[in-house]
Amino acid sequence: MLDTKRIRADFPILARKENGQRLVYLDNAATSQKPRRVLDAIAHYYTEHNANVHRGAYALAVEATDAYEAARTAVAEFVNAWTRAGVVFTRGTTEAINLVAGSWGRDNVQRGDTVVVTAMDHHSNIVPWQILCQEKGATLRMVEITADGRIDLADFGRALEAKPKLVAFPYVSNSLGTVNPAGQLTRLAHAAGAVTVVDGAQSSPHLRVDVRAIGCDFYALSGHKMLAPMGSGALIAKPELLEAMPPYHGGGEMIERVWDDRSTWNKIPHKFEGGTPNVEAAVGLAAAIAYLEQIGLDKVAEHEQELAHVAIERLTQIEGVTVYGPRDHRAGVVPFTFGDVHPHDLATILDRDGVCIRAGHHCTQPLMRRLGVAATARASFYIYNDVDDIDVLVTAVRKAGELFGVLAS
Amino acid sequence: MTDLGELYQQVILDHNRSPRNFKRLESANRRAEGNNPLCGDRIQLYVELDERGDTIRDIGFQMPQGSGCAISKASASLMTEAVRGKSVAEAETLFAAFRDMLAGGATAAGKLAAFSGVRAFPSRIKCANLAWHALHAALQNDSAPVSTESAKDF
Repeated sequence: MLDTKRIRADFPILARKENGQRLVYLDNAATSQKPRRVLDAIAHYYTEHNANVHRGAYALAVEATDAYEAARTAVAEFVNAWTRAGVVFTRGTTEAINLVAGSWGRDNVQRGDTVVVTAMDHHSNIVPWQILCQEKGATLRMVEITADGRIDLADFGRALEAKPKLVAFPYVSNSLGTVNPAGQLTRLAHAAGAVTVVDGAQSSPHLRVDVRAIGCDFYALSGHKMLAPMGSGALIAKPELLEAMPPYHGGGEMIERVWDDRSTWNKIPHKFEGGTPNVEAAVGLAAAIAYLEQIGLDKVAEHEQELAHVAIERLTQIEGVTVYGPRDHRAGVVPFTFGDVHPHDLATILDRDGVCIRAGHHCTQPLMRRLGVAATARASFYIYNDVDDIDVLVTAVRKAGELFGVLAS
Repeated sequence: MTDLGELYQQVILDHNRSPRNFKRLESANRRAEGNNPLCGDRIQLYVELDERGDTIRDIGFQMPQGSGCAISKASASLMTEAVRGKSVAEAETLFAAFRDMLAGGATAAGKLAAFSGVRAFPSRIKCANLAWHALHAALQNDSAPVSTESAKDF
């Protein structure tokens, strides 16, 4: 296990109280807290180096550009990108996926084509493809999941028989915690002639990612779930695909020459970064990566798997608790329900003991329909959580059971 | 637990466990649907008005399995008890008083006062209001589903 006492000291917000209690933050799949190192990097950028990037002829602008481009290198190394030119900064995973749908998809998907997603995808890896397919007259095929919450490989194979143009799936499910076999799914999809999009929102913060080893074509990540500021994120792509793709947003920076009636495009990745970028977010993301690398992603993954294991064991000891998702191949996401106690009530009751969990559909309504529930409660862990946090969680869940008469008090 | 006790008063827990008028009303001549997309709460409300359209002769509601939290379900249940047999104008007055209470105003009369504790839990006010907004839509004969995210005054 990680030295959580030392790590917690790096996160100023963890010193605050929640309803008079120690803050037990277990909503990391929604967003993570930020260490002092990231907060300082942002403040340092604004107090020392702020200017608009890529066009200044003065030292300050060069410094800002250097900081921004150094962040690109950090992201490229973090996920073992094909090239740093294949790292496009975005506002997050959602924008990265919309970029692929709006550029590659609009250029390549035609009437009668098929796009494949899975029933465990987040809305951000479903809705952009729905919009694209509706616009193009293409078919969206949703791959089913197994009873224990994995992608149904038999159905995945059937979906590939339609020779889809594109296959999108999550590396780690935000709603079940399942770690999907991204490399295997990619090989199968490629064999059927499809391009693959991996939603990396829940994998990048929690395990060692190597996009070249996965072999996918596009990989999307969000910074705010991995200690970085909100509004930071990236699309990592094979450079030859980006070269061939039309622009996404028109504007400054993304052009080479602008004529009265037409323009030519800047080289990648700048072709996809129209407008002034969020330099502060990129700088914060680089600082977050440095912090995570110092701990080691393998240790992060191990720590969270251990916590998930303990949480599942303790929660399932409570009569009436059901935990969703597979028993192994899972990350530190633990979704559960508790008899007739609605997850929303559970979240309110837990909050009074300082415990922050999420209750609802977790932006996965197709998955909720398949699980046969309207909502679940979800505890999700990160580097600053430990077994003490699980103790507080379990005690609070029991308390909710007593209040609702589900458990004897 | 004292403030939780304020929120989850016994009458609320009781109506959550055994909701009253929890039925699909075949004789309904007004219907409304309410949604809280944030937590997935859904309510189907059935109202039977008399021939002149003045009085609520009967009322019932349904929530799909697992889609109602304790606050929204108890609120719907207590609402049906409060407005059954009342005139449309009286029901609207109760709605106004209830909404005013949740917005920080005076505590409503009778059993509806049990929801005064919701005031201290801003994230749950929409749950308490959901059924009442559905009632308002039904009485207005507005067939469009009510959403906590579209009504300005939720």
